[in-house]
Amino acid sequence: MPKKKSSPDWTYAAAPETTPVNIAKRYDHFIGGQWTAPKEGKYFATSNPATGKKLAEVAQGSQADVDAAVQAARAAYNGSWGKMSARERGKYIYRIARLIQERAREFAIIETMDGGKPIRESRDIDIPLAANHFFYHAGWADKLDYAFPNQKISPLGVAGQIIPWNFPFLMAAWKIAPALATGNTVVLKPAETTPLTALKLAELIADAGLPDGVVNIVTGAGETGAAIVNHPDVDKVAFTGSTAVGKQIQQAIANTEKKLTLELGGKAANIILEDGAIDQAVEGIVNGIYFNQGHVCCAGSRLFVQETVVDEVMWKLKRRMDSLIVGDPLDKNTDVGAINSKAQLKTIKKYIQAGINDGGEIYQPECQLPEKGNWCPPTVFTNVAQSSLIAQEEIFGPVLAVQTFRTVPEVIEKANNTPYGLSAGVWCDKGSRLFQITSNLQAGVVWGNTFNQFDPTSPFGGFKESGHGREGGLHGLAAYLNTSL
Amino acid sequence: MKRIEVLKTYKLYIGGKFPRTESGRYYQPEGKGGKKLGNLCQSSRKDFRNAVVAARSALASWAPRDPFNRSQILYRIAEMLEGRSAQFEDELQRQGASPAAARKEVEAAIDRCIYYAGWCDKYQQTFSSVNPVASAHFNFSVYEPMGVIAAIAPEKSSLLGLLGTVLPIIAGGNSCVVLTSESKPLCAITLAEVLATSDLPGGVVNLLTGNRDELLPVISTHMDVNAVVASDLTDAQKFSLREQSTSNLKRVILSKEDPAKSESPYPILATQELKTTWHPIESSIAGGSAY
Repeated sequence: MPKKKSSPDWTYAAAPETTPVNIAKRYDHFIGGQWTAPKEGKYFATSNPATGKKLAEVAQGSQADVDAAVQAARAAYNGSWGKMSARERGKYIYRIARLIQERAREFAIIETMDGGKPIRESRDIDIPLAANHFFYHAGWADKLDYAFPNQKISPLGVAGQIIPWNFPFLMAAWKIAPALATGNTVVLKPAETTPLTALKLAELIADAGLPDGVVNIVTGAGETGAAIVNHPDVDKVAFTGSTAVGKQIQQAIANTEKKLTLELGGKAANIILEDGAIDQAVEGIVNGIYFNQGHVCCAGSRLFVQETVVDEVMWKLKRRMDSLIVGDPLDKNTDVGAINSKAQLKTIKKYIQAGINDGGEIYQPECQLPEKGNWCPPTVFTNVAQSSLIAQEEIFGPVLAVQTFRTVPEVIEKANNTPYGLSAGVWCDKGSRLFQITSNLQAGVVWGNTFNQFDPTSPFGGFKESGHGREGGLHGLAAYLNTSL
Repeated sequence: MKRIEVLKTYKLYIGGKFPRTESGRYYQPEGKGGKKLGNLCQSSRKDFRNAVVAARSALASWAPRDPFNRSQILYRIAEMLEGRSAQFEDELQRQGASPAAARKEVEAAIDRCIYYAGWCDKYQQTFSSVNPVASAHFNFSVYEPMGVIAAIAPEKSSLLGLLGTVLPIIAGGNSCVVLTSESKPLCAITLAEVLATSDLPGGVVNLLTGNRDELLPVISTHMDVNAVVASDLTDAQKFSLREQSTSNLKRVILSKEDPAKSESPYPILATQELKTTWHPIESSIAGGSAY
C-alpha cells in the first residue's frame, strides 16, 4: 500500500503483481540430473522477508550430499560434457538463456518473494541480465582460442560456486554461464535465505536437456559451503560474499592447488563535483545506495560532495528520498523493498546506532512501514567523520554516509582510504577532470556520470580487499581455464 | 710487487641507495669448488619493511609514467647491462657456471630487457578492451599496475631468472621488492649497480639478499604489499604464503613457468588490476532511462 509522504505528497494506487507461481512445498538437491533427498533427511524453511511467511522447505546439504554432487559433476566432466564439442556445448547454454526469457515473469516473482527486492528490479534487471549472461557466454564456448592468444587452454574440471543472497539468480547465472562455456562442470550452493530461483533454474536446466551432472545444486548454509570449498575433488572455488568469509576460504584451501576467485565487499565512494549535473547525480546517489535496499557489494555507500554544492545536493537528495516508496516488494511502484533477513536488519540497525553515536546527523523520510516483515527506511547521515564506523565498514543496507571535500586531490585520497576497492562513481561535467579522477580511484569498476550499471560483457571485480579475479567479459573467462605457454 | 685485488663489498639496494643490512648479519654462500663468494647481507624484517616504504613511495612517480618512457628506461637497462657483460659473466662463473653458459645467460638477459622494453607500450593495446554493453554507455577496461609487488627470484638462475621476474613487474608500472637467489646472489647486487645508472627511479626495484624461509612470512604478512610473485617455491612455502597472504588479500602469483626460460606478456598481466569504466553516451533514441 502507498505510504503517506511528507513532500511531495504523491500517492499511487497499489499495483501489485499477481503471484500465482509454481513453488513446490519442498525442494530436494539437484544432483546428477535428479532431485535427490538430503542424505540426513533434514530440511529448512525459506521465507518471504516482506511477510515473514514460509515459502517452501529446502534440503539441508551435508557432507554426503556435497560428495554426491561433486561425484556427479566429476562423472559429467569425464563423460558427456568433457567429450562434447565446444560448439554443441554452446548450444546448450543458448538454450538455457532462451528458457529463462520464456519464464522470466515467473522467475522475477519468485526472486522478489524469496529475497524481498522490488519486483521492478527483479523484472527489469536481475532476470533479463541473467539471461544475457547465458547468451553472452554461450557464444564464447567455441571461440576461446581468440581470448588468450598464444596460450594453450583447458578447462579446470569441477567448479564449486558459492553465491550470496543479494542477487540470487543473477549470481547463479554469472557463475554458471562462464563455467559451462569454458567446459567445466558445476556444484553451486545458493544462499540459505534465497535458494528458490536457483532451484527453479535446476528445473529449467533439466528442461534444456543438459547432460546429467553438468550442473548440480546443493542447498544449505555455511557448513554446506565449507564442504564444497574443502572437497578434495573440487578444482576451482568461486565465491561471492563477505571479505571475512573470503579470507577464510583462501586460508582453507591454501594447501591445495585449487583455483580461486573472490568477489567480496565494498565501500564505494560516489563523488560529486561542483560542476556535476546535480539532478542526475541525485538520481545516481539514490540508485547507488538504495538499489536493492543497499544489499549491493558495489553500492555507493560513501557520498563525497564538493563543499560548494553540498547544500543543494542534500536538499535535493532529501526531497528525492521523500518520494521513494518503501514497502511491498511485489507492488510495481515500490522503490525499496524488504531487508533480506532479520539478521541483516539487526546488523543495519546496529550501524545506524553507531552512526548516531559517532555524532552523525541522521535523516530518514517519513514512511509507514508494513507491520510484518523486515524493513528499514532509506537513511542518510551527514557530518560523517572519515573515522566513523559507517564511513569505514560495509553495512549492506540502505544507509548512506556523506562527507565533503574541497579539492580533487583531497577527495581522491579520502575515496581511496579504505581497504576495499570494488567500485566508485564520479559526477563531473568536464571530461578531462572526470577521467583524471576515475583513473586515480582504486576500484575495479568506476562509473562516470552513472552508477550501478552491469552487463555480461563488462568485467566486474575488485582491487585490494574486495577480492581477486574478474567475472564477465573476455577477462572473466580466464578464471575458469588452465593456461600455459 | 704483486697488486692486491680490491674485493667488492656486496650490499643491499633499497630506494636507489646501497645500504648494509640494518641487522648487521651476513652469510657466506659458496661458489665453484667451495670457494666463499663473499660476505653477503642477510636481510631482516626491518630491511624488507624499509624496502616496501621505498617501493611505495617510488610507485607514485613510476606508475603514472608514460609507457613510452618506461620502455625507454627498460631499453636503457639493456644498454648498461651490455656494457658490463664481462663482469656478469665473471660472477656467473664464480657461482659455478661454465664460460659458455655464463655468456649465454648474459646475452639472454640483455635480450630479455629489450623484449619487455617493447611490451611496455603494447600490452595495454593488446589486452585491454572496449566492452559492447547493451545500453547507451561507453565501457572500457584497462590494466593498471597492482602496486608494490614482492618477488621471490628463482634460486637457480642468478641473473636471467631475476630479470625474468622483475621486468614484467616494472614494465607494467609496478614497483617491487625482490628477494634474490640465496645461493647465487652476486649478479643481483651488480644488477643493482646497472639499475642505479639506467634512469630507473630509485625505489622502483629494491633488491634484498638473504634467507627465503626467514623472509617469506615477513613478506606474506606485510599489509602494504599488493602481490607476491614466485615460481620455484616448495609446497610448504607455497601453502604458508597463500595462507598468510589472506591478511590483506594480497594476490599470490605462483607461476609454473620458469621466468629464466619463458618469455611472454602474460606475466605482465599477472601483476595488473583491470579497471572497468562506464560513461553514458548521449542517445538520440528517445525513451532511454539512462542519466
